[in-house]
Amino acid sequence: MELLAARPLADRAVTFELATEVGAEAAARVGAAQARLSALLEAGELPGALELSRAFCAITLHYDPLEGRQAGLVARVRAALEDTEPAAATGGRLWRLPCLYEGEDLDDLSTRLGMARDEITARHAATEHLVHAIGFLPGLPFMGGLPDGFSVPRRETPRTRVPQGSVAIANGLTVIYPFESPGGWHILGRCPVPLFDAARDAPALLSAGDRVRFAPVDRPEFDRLAAAHAAGTADPETYAEAAT
Amino acid sequence: MSARLVLTRAGARSLLQDTGFRGGRGTGVPAAGALDRDALYLLNRLLGNAPDAAAIEAALMPPALRAEGGAVRLALGPGLAGQVSGDNPRPVGAWTAFTLHPGETLALKLDPGCPVALIGIGGAIALPRALGSHATLARAGLGPFGRALGDGDAIPLEAAATDPGDTTFAAPPSPATGPIRAVPGPQAEWFTEDAMATFFGTDYTVGAETDRMGMRLEGPKLAHSERGADIVSDGIAPGAVQVPGSGQPIVLLADAQTTGGYPKIATVIGADLPRLARLAPGDSLRFEAVTVEQAEDAARARRAELDRIAQAIVPANAGRIDPRALWRANLAGQAVDALCPDHFAAHPEPEDRP
Repeated sequence: MELLAARPLADRAVTFELATEVGAEAAARVGAAQARLSALLEAGELPGALELSRAFCAITLHYDPLEGRQAGLVARVRAALEDTEPAAATGGRLWRLPCLYEGEDLDDLSTRLGMARDEITARHAATEHLVHAIGFLPGLPFMGGLPDGFSVPRRETPRTRVPQGSVAIANGLTVIYPFESPGGWHILGRCPVPLFDAARDAPALLSAGDRVRFAPVDRPEFDRLAAAHAAGTADPETYAEAAT
Repeated sequence: MSARLVLTRAGARSLLQDTGFRGGRGTGVPAAGALDRDALYLLNRLLGNAPDAAAIEAALMPPALRAEGGAVRLALGPGLAGQVSGDNPRPVGAWTAFTLHPGETLALKLDPGCPVALIGIGGAIALPRALGSHATLARAGLGPFGRALGDGDAIPLEAAATDPGDTTFAAPPSPATGPIRAVPGPQAEWFTEDAMATFFGTDYTVGAETDRMGMRLEGPKLAHSERGADIVSDGIAPGAVQVPGSGQPIVLLADAQTTGGYPKIATVIGADLPRLARLAPGDSLRFEAVTVEQAEDAARARRAELDRIAQAIVPANAGRIDPRALWRANLAGQAVDALCPDHFAAHPEPEDRP
């Protein structure tokens, strides 16, 4: 694939732009490039490289300027990508995450989208969401694949406090807020599963390339699950199914 | 019970920080870590630590510290002055390593206009690491305490410290001057030529809404090109200067989110990031454009300079009486008190403070 641009973040990092539009095609390019660059990094073939982070259309490579030069890294990455083909995600896990569809913005969304609350939640729950990237907050998944008719920009006035676990949509994507945070997305519901736990070997539950389906739960079930996770008696891994 | 450093008063925002988390950016975890990496590096060299050892980053109102269960070796970063109380009251200055003995208490003061400063801790900290680090990211509960240090928190050490006397650098670093250097981009094309010229040619003022995530700058509005003020979110590194629709730039710092959707006009070079840590709201700054190669050369030159400074560690009290030595020799008895200011809040600093 072609490297569209290498954009420097001074002497700390460089962003490799691989696509221009968010979607499954971009995810395939970024996913394949990430796999290739991770392998090179692991093999020590990117001098000075420290770690990679993945966004929708680009990968950012962080490096130590005392150990390597950006010009050399860009040349190696450009050459490596030339013989790397885009590939739809393979090996990602399928998650069935519980969701209490009683979000603060359902009525507002019903008006904006011209769709009944029940239809919004039913169609959202019937969708398989693809995790494009983890970012913004530790463990926060940006997921694509919203059904037609769900197109809505961010709220004009962001909330100063979006509750932990909020499942929210904007710009054709769904996110789950792993922590309370300011945020401008429209809240559909609440997921009781902790998405980031520093005590786990892999603190972030989800990875780019994973797929997520939301399983509607009622208030008593949500409360029961939230309490079980808070007490450490429920294992978030049980929501994952083998890839199909 | 082994040696531990106790915060008898936590201060306004005292955080355990080191060189930051490793390998977490792909899952939304910023590196975090100390804002002033040059000071962290030098303090760790002064203490004989590994270069990535953790220190306490204090802000606005520093903590009060006590050694319990054994002596603890400490070193004060630039902007801090301390007073030890106990059997051997004495002042300690910036860039000084000293041993806090069990029962002694250290009171600290931040220089006016200095927003944050580091307190280096000698020896190995006996706390678990997350993502290879003792750093703190409170909003994700990451770090040994998962939050700012509180009153009574104790930092346990693997072993009690010895007391080789107070030490300092023969030639501590002098504060850098001149513009803050930055590399244009990653999204230079999202700005008009006028905006680029303004950014690299006008004074900006540090805004009040500044924290470890970012530093808001106030100054002339920067106009976006026809590409607009939104991009597809991409990666961020500390130093990136994002410009939202308001046209007022924000320099992203250690705790900034790992991806962002605003165009970034430029990125402050690594060698000048520590200088941002020393700027307080109301201070002014100006940017100068450099290339990636120049930024890399500056990083290497800075490391060489720090290593030169770290090579010459000398006794801190050269040329004056060492009250502790007198105390130990039992020559001076209580007269020792007369040699040291013991109510430092009102007492002038000794003129030979390093």
